[in-house]
Amino acid sequence: MPDLAVPDDEKAALQVRNLDFYYGEFKGLSNVNMDIASKKVTAFIGPSGCGKSTLLRTFNRMYDLYPGQRAEGQILFHGKNLLDKKQDVNLVRAKIGMVFQKPTPFPMTIYENIAFGVRLYERMSKSAMDDRVEWALNKAALWGEVKDKLQQNGLSLSGGQQQRLCIARAVAVKPEVVLLDEPTSALDPISTAKIEELINELKNEYTIAIVTHNMQQAARISDYTAFMYLGELIEFNETSALFMVPAKKQTEDYITGRFG
Amino acid sequence: MMSLYTRRIWINRIGIGLSMIAMSFGLLALMWILWTLFSKGFAALSMDLFTQDTPAPGSDGGGLRNAIVGSGLILLFSMLISTPIGILAGIYLAEFGRISRFASFTRFMTDIMLSAPSIVIGLFVYALFVATTGGFSGWAGSLALALIAIPVVVRTTENMLKLVPTSLREAAFAVGAPRWQVSLKVTLRAVKSGVVTGVLLAMARITGETAPLLFTALNNQFFSTDMSEPMGNLPVVIYQFALSPYENWINLAWGGALLIAMLVLAVNIGVRVVFRNKDKR
Repeated sequence: MPDLAVPDDEKAALQVRNLDFYYGEFKGLSNVNMDIASKKVTAFIGPSGCGKSTLLRTFNRMYDLYPGQRAEGQILFHGKNLLDKKQDVNLVRAKIGMVFQKPTPFPMTIYENIAFGVRLYERMSKSAMDDRVEWALNKAALWGEVKDKLQQNGLSLSGGQQQRLCIARAVAVKPEVVLLDEPTSALDPISTAKIEELINELKNEYTIAIVTHNMQQAARISDYTAFMYLGELIEFNETSALFMVPAKKQTEDYITGRFG
Repeated sequence: MMSLYTRRIWINRIGIGLSMIAMSFGLLALMWILWTLFSKGFAALSMDLFTQDTPAPGSDGGGLRNAIVGSGLILLFSMLISTPIGILAGIYLAEFGRISRFASFTRFMTDIMLSAPSIVIGLFVYALFVATTGGFSGWAGSLALALIAIPVVVRTTENMLKLVPTSLREAAFAVGAPRWQVSLKVTLRAVKSGVVTGVLLAMARITGETAPLLFTALNNQFFSTDMSEPMGNLPVVIYQFALSPYENWINLAWGGALLIAMLVLAVNIGVRVVFRNKDKR
């Protein structure tokens, strides 16, 4: 079975081709090839340091913030290579949103947390913005809890609420892809369950790529799973197939808990 | 034979004893200064201090009105100059030029400016501004004080911004914000109270500066709000009056010293209140 397991009946939102990634001299990813299916959840699993977060951070060029980090190869998004130097990174990030491991509300009101990103790319009236904020908070299943305190600081919310605020913020700018980098690893089980439910809702409209340390989580919420090890994509398949009948020995060892 | 444990207890006691002595020595000196300042300063406090101008040699009474207003104006304008420059330079160092050569050069120059004797800065402004514009002025005083305040603001702003977690910065970039928006609207806002503290401490730092004003704003015996003229100010008045033979002048110097000390104290307390409110949030 080839590394390149393209789900052929699906439309691909992102096509990764011959991707290498370097942290200075160190090679963090080598020759990754895969398609991220549109409006599906793709999970990345693997032991710490295997490159799954690195891979996710190439999709919105987050690595660009750090001199010395560079990617080679192609990531095609609507036929254009995201890694192209001429590509406007801010536009890429508006189309491909990201939610991080730790909740990172901006130091402003709940309302402003959401309006901040929207204002960057759209001009709209106050009432249209109000609607957008409500819409985004509804998408993140947070509206009911915060509708009476939109003017409070985003930091006043609980950890789980903060993380849903971050999801609302990412969704509010109407991206096509949402990247989730271990979004529940800092949360309690109840908040985690809410976020997972949310991911299940969101995949109707967005392409989702999620990095997780938790294999059960990957099995629960994803349609496709990629197993990575030492910077390489070892196996990529439909989640049920990958967990039930792993094709590679390394995958089997990892999911059965023999290493990692 | 003393066991290792009792030995350690004794070393601990000696250590604590020595540090207590050092602490009380410092505290004693501070209390002594404050006590002298308060007892002599309060004796000089009266409404006249705020309503009358500095007296001519040999005349009775008088106040510090012109010096208080002059100091206020000079401080105000020096903070108006140094705050934006200092904050923007701090943002540059922390957000834009972390590793560029120009940034490390700027950082190095800022450090030199921080430790430059204030009299040198006074002379610098004298040579560059006073001598060329043809006279001592309030503007020159503000400029000299601003030059002292700028590096303080730059460094505190930079240090505060460096404390912003990378995750917050990345999150702001992740919604597609350009770097200047990330800096001004997210990271700077996250450390707002720290930056305000830096600005206030810079102000406290320059409030009592005398040497740079001697060469720039000089002094003015009369009430004036014209920044292009020599301007009365508390530090220089204190310096001149304290050395004078007139009793009322010496009293006024104590009064002025008390005012400056109170202002600096108030700023420092204000800073603590800002921080306390931040912690409560």
